[in-house]
Amino acid sequence: MGTLTILGLVPLIGSIVVAVGAGPSLKRAKQLALLFALITFGVAVYAISQFDRSSTEPFQLVESHQWIPTLGLTYSVGVDGLALVLLFLATLLVPLVVIAGWNDVEDTAELPSSDGQRPGQVRGYFALILLLEAMMIGVFVSLDVFLFYFLFEAILIPVYFMIGRYGTGRRTYAAVKFLIYSLVGGLVMLAALVMLWFTAADVLGSPTLFLPDLIGLPMDAGLENLMFWGFFIAFAIKAPLWPVHTWLPDASGSATPGTAVLLIGVLDKIGTYGMMRLCLPLFPEASQTFAPVIIAISVIGIFYGALAAIGQTDMKRLFGYISLSHFGFITLGIFVFTSQGQVGAGLYMLGHGLSTALLFMVAGYMIMRRKSANVADYGGVVKPAPVLAGMFLIAGLTALALPGMSTFVSEFLVLLGAFTVNPWLGAGATLGIVFAALYVLLLYQRTMTGPETDQVRGMPDLNLRERWVLAPIIGIVVFLGFYPAPVLDVLEPAVANTMEWTGSSDPETELTPVAEGSQP
Amino acid sequence: MNLTSLQLPLSELPEEPVEALTGTLPAEAAGGYFPYMWLLVALPAFGALVLLVGGKRTNAWGHLLACLLPIGSFVLACLLLAQMMGAPVEDRLVTLEMWDWTFAGMFDVPFALRLDQLSMVFVMLISGVGSLIHIYSIGYMAEDPDRRKFFAYLNLFVAAMLLLVLANNYLLLYVGWEGVGLASYLLIGFWQYKSSAAVAAKKAFVMNRVGDVGLSVAVMLMFVTFGTVTFEQVFAAAPEAGDTALNLIGLALLLAAVGKSAQFPLQAWLLDAMEGPTPVSALIHAATMVTAGVYLIVRSNAIFDLASIAVTAVLAVGIITMVAGAVIACAKDEIKKSLAGSTMSQIGYMFVAAGLGPAGYVFAIFHLLMHGMFKADLFLSAGSVMHGMKDEKNMRFYGALRKVMLVTTIAFICGFLGISGLPPFDSFFSKDDIIKAALGTNWFAGVAAIAAAGLTAFYMTRMLSMTFFGDKRWKEEADPHESPSVMTVPMLLLSVGALFGGLFFVYVGDIVGWLDPITGYQPFVLPINDTVLEIVTLVVVLTGITLAWRQYASRPVPQQPPQQVSVFTTAARNSLYDDAFNEAVFMRPGQYLTRWLVWFDNQVVDGAVRGIASKVSGAGEQVKRLQTGFARSYALLMVGGAVLIGVVFVVARWL
Repeated sequence: MGTLTILGLVPLIGSIVVAVGAGPSLKRAKQLALLFALITFGVAVYAISQFDRSSTEPFQLVESHQWIPTLGLTYSVGVDGLALVLLFLATLLVPLVVIAGWNDVEDTAELPSSDGQRPGQVRGYFALILLLEAMMIGVFVSLDVFLFYFLFEAILIPVYFMIGRYGTGRRTYAAVKFLIYSLVGGLVMLAALVMLWFTAADVLGSPTLFLPDLIGLPMDAGLENLMFWGFFIAFAIKAPLWPVHTWLPDASGSATPGTAVLLIGVLDKIGTYGMMRLCLPLFPEASQTFAPVIIAISVIGIFYGALAAIGQTDMKRLFGYISLSHFGFITLGIFVFTSQGQVGAGLYMLGHGLSTALLFMVAGYMIMRRKSANVADYGGVVKPAPVLAGMFLIAGLTALALPGMSTFVSEFLVLLGAFTVNPWLGAGATLGIVFAALYVLLLYQRTMTGPETDQVRGMPDLNLRERWVLAPIIGIVVFLGFYPAPVLDVLEPAVANTMEWTGSSDPETELTPVAEGSQP
Repeated sequence: MNLTSLQLPLSELPEEPVEALTGTLPAEAAGGYFPYMWLLVALPAFGALVLLVGGKRTNAWGHLLACLLPIGSFVLACLLLAQMMGAPVEDRLVTLEMWDWTFAGMFDVPFALRLDQLSMVFVMLISGVGSLIHIYSIGYMAEDPDRRKFFAYLNLFVAAMLLLVLANNYLLLYVGWEGVGLASYLLIGFWQYKSSAAVAAKKAFVMNRVGDVGLSVAVMLMFVTFGTVTFEQVFAAAPEAGDTALNLIGLALLLAAVGKSAQFPLQAWLLDAMEGPTPVSALIHAATMVTAGVYLIVRSNAIFDLASIAVTAVLAVGIITMVAGAVIACAKDEIKKSLAGSTMSQIGYMFVAAGLGPAGYVFAIFHLLMHGMFKADLFLSAGSVMHGMKDEKNMRFYGALRKVMLVTTIAFICGFLGISGLPPFDSFFSKDDIIKAALGTNWFAGVAAIAAAGLTAFYMTRMLSMTFFGDKRWKEEADPHESPSVMTVPMLLLSVGALFGGLFFVYVGDIVGWLDPITGYQPFVLPINDTVLEIVTLVVVLTGITLAWRQYASRPVPQQPPQQVSVFTTAARNSLYDDAFNEAVFMRPGQYLTRWLVWFDNQVVDGAVRGIASKVSGAGEQVKRLQTGFARSYALLMVGGAVLIGVVFVVARWL
């Protein structure tokens, strides 16, 4: 059994153990969940250490077994730099979410819910988190398109229940909306998948959906376009992109903070990851052909999300719109087909995951104290809870891509990648940084500063557990802001492969720099 | 009476402007203290970290640590300066490569520091004035419960500002650039319980971000044009680049500079920034951060020398702000706002100088240095006054304070002498050099600079007399007293700089010769006699002083500002309507747009989705069923999906 298989199995087993084998003690269930999440992170770190940075192989740690031989379907896993980065993100955030959400579910019980349902059991929530983690890992390491699809769909189950049973407010509505959106995307993708299977069988002589075999597969242009859109629409809904984003604010508004972190911070990356993993290598021609359309959608998303965020009154919905804006940056980076854009997009996925985690966790702590996500219910929080306010500001600064944070490096690379292709595009998208400053600082001003309002008087500051969950995330974001090399090093070869598969290359600069001239 | 003998050493300089490039020396090869230059940044950064992470535990000693660290940077800076002065000119540009920072494809930016004559000047100013203001703050913030945080932010500022001037490339400069913006944001809004402070802080950051778009675009343009963004390589390749590219880069850099330096049209944030504690106004919003725009332009001289449109734009911006800032300063009743208008105006002078090209770069930096000292002195003195007056800022409630605050009065007078252009104090040298260079290059700029000198003398005399002379107009609760020596000593040290800085840099430290290898210097020819010009300028200055003295010291000053005034005065009191303009053109339409967009997203985009969903599922029945029996329906859907897949594959096989 390979490392990646073990990596997926640990949380899966953990999920079962927490659900049925933990005995009556709730505390024990939580501790077990945390234990399994930590072991998973340890295995992920081991996998990362096994990854050879100097190798030119497109995929490493590959493991492949027959699954349904008659259909040519396999169980195949492997990683490249991009998958590795996302594995790190997912396995890092899960234990933190478990700790941060230690009391999520009980606390939720005191919140009014629209349908008056009784909150579910704590152990179910934590089992679902681990199940979700197992499936996310599976998606990121899948090298067989069918395995990818299978997990891509199956993942809806834990998420649906995490929002629908453990969420707040209009949680059922939000969960169903998420589900319908995703199922529509999944169906379109299924159709494309079947077409791909036929094409592969046709061209290669035997049916297969093993990704490395499919790269560079010659196919009819019309068919390629169809299949491209089939996959792309599914991923665009998952990411989500404008205009198929309207499930996101509802989901982020109704999910518990922990669910929101995993849903928006990690799970949505499957959409942008899928674009880079499947759309680009499998359908290079179509990807290039439709790039202008997708770039336009991305830029609209950047500004639409930012402006809509400024106008929100509900904090969690506001974060949803911020993410819409950020997903615009990510897809912009992917579809400008430059190494700066795509490396930037890869780092952006990591940075956005961490930044989203910070935002939802800090805001979650605050909402838990005051039982409201409404911006107008706060004001002057910095007085009773200075540490909370400080962390909130830091989270906001990661979202507005302050230099010194990893989000700055990624956002700048994306914008630069766009600029080298089309200066107007790059310069225009750069205006987004002004709106980012506005949505973050307006929110901070309204909630944290000004005279202390009666509603927040006496609000307890963050306790040690809460602080220690945020600290490592902040540490990583800042560390990578000054030293992003560990991530850039693994992303560069992955992007180089994608660029080669799609037959794209960076535009030449006008002049070539001379070597750094130092004195003899 | 040619006191401003800056022209004298020029005869010894080569005729042609010296090529700015001398090649860089690796820090290891330079030896001595150069390999440790990273400590300049690291020391204050460490202080900020300790104080912020350490929290309340560091309350007792945090401010002392926070003072020691910038002093440490200052000591190291002095050692570096000595070593640099001892080295031959071609060995004064030293680069410390630290690590590979941001890279993808051909884009490759190191994390590297560059110390040369220009950054050395800034390092001295930042760490020197910064240290004095740290010490002053011990007294000024003594009563504040959040003093530790204040010092943490100050340290953060010093670290970011030093990174800004030490970066060896534009992207790393950007980190310092927004780093000081963050520190400025935190410190303007330091008294967060005041809504006005929080709003002012946000306004400053957002307006700066508009400028930062310019910096981003400039960096991208540089990469596209030169394939690199390090200073050395960009400057070396600049002559090979096209006119359009160079002008666009220059204009983008100018946008960045006007944002950071509060120049027209992005000046509106600076007056509001006076909400911050006064030491912050002195350090960030007068002596150092707001001059970063001047640094950026002078640093990029290789580009501006070849970009005629951009450099003219710099000059235009400078002229407008120089005059407008002075006009605003004449009308404000709050002492700090008047000083802020003055800062805009003085930085306008520096922009004018930079906009003159090689004839003016050195004078821009010379005036920047002088300004750093006399303006910090003025702000600290103003802070001392406010400290003694229960935070009263309105000069109409001051008057005759010389009788109770002798040291502060002396310090303020020194600052007054430094700024007003009277011989032989700071501005007499630095400002007159700008006026001369302007007249020698562009007569309009020269005349405007002389006029602004008159306005400067007017508003400074107004401030001086309204505060320290005339009758007392104190409020009843005011209990003016002199500040403790921890505050007055830094003031007096800066006073010395305000009085003798100009003399020093002209007769002892040859600032032109020092900067020339980096900025280049091109002598200019004055159209009129030197002495005549100096006399004219002096007469204008004396006129300004006399008018203001007669108005504000000899006659009583009413506590309520007179209402029967000209439209010009009203306009000046309203900061020439910049806020009104921004509100009408950007804020209101923006608010409508965001509100409309929220409606649009809920009703139109989501409405369409809901409409389709209910159509597809039969007038919403299915959706409703999903909502009630969600678990069962979901299972059904999943099973249906799985069956579908199975069928498809079986059929596929069979085909």
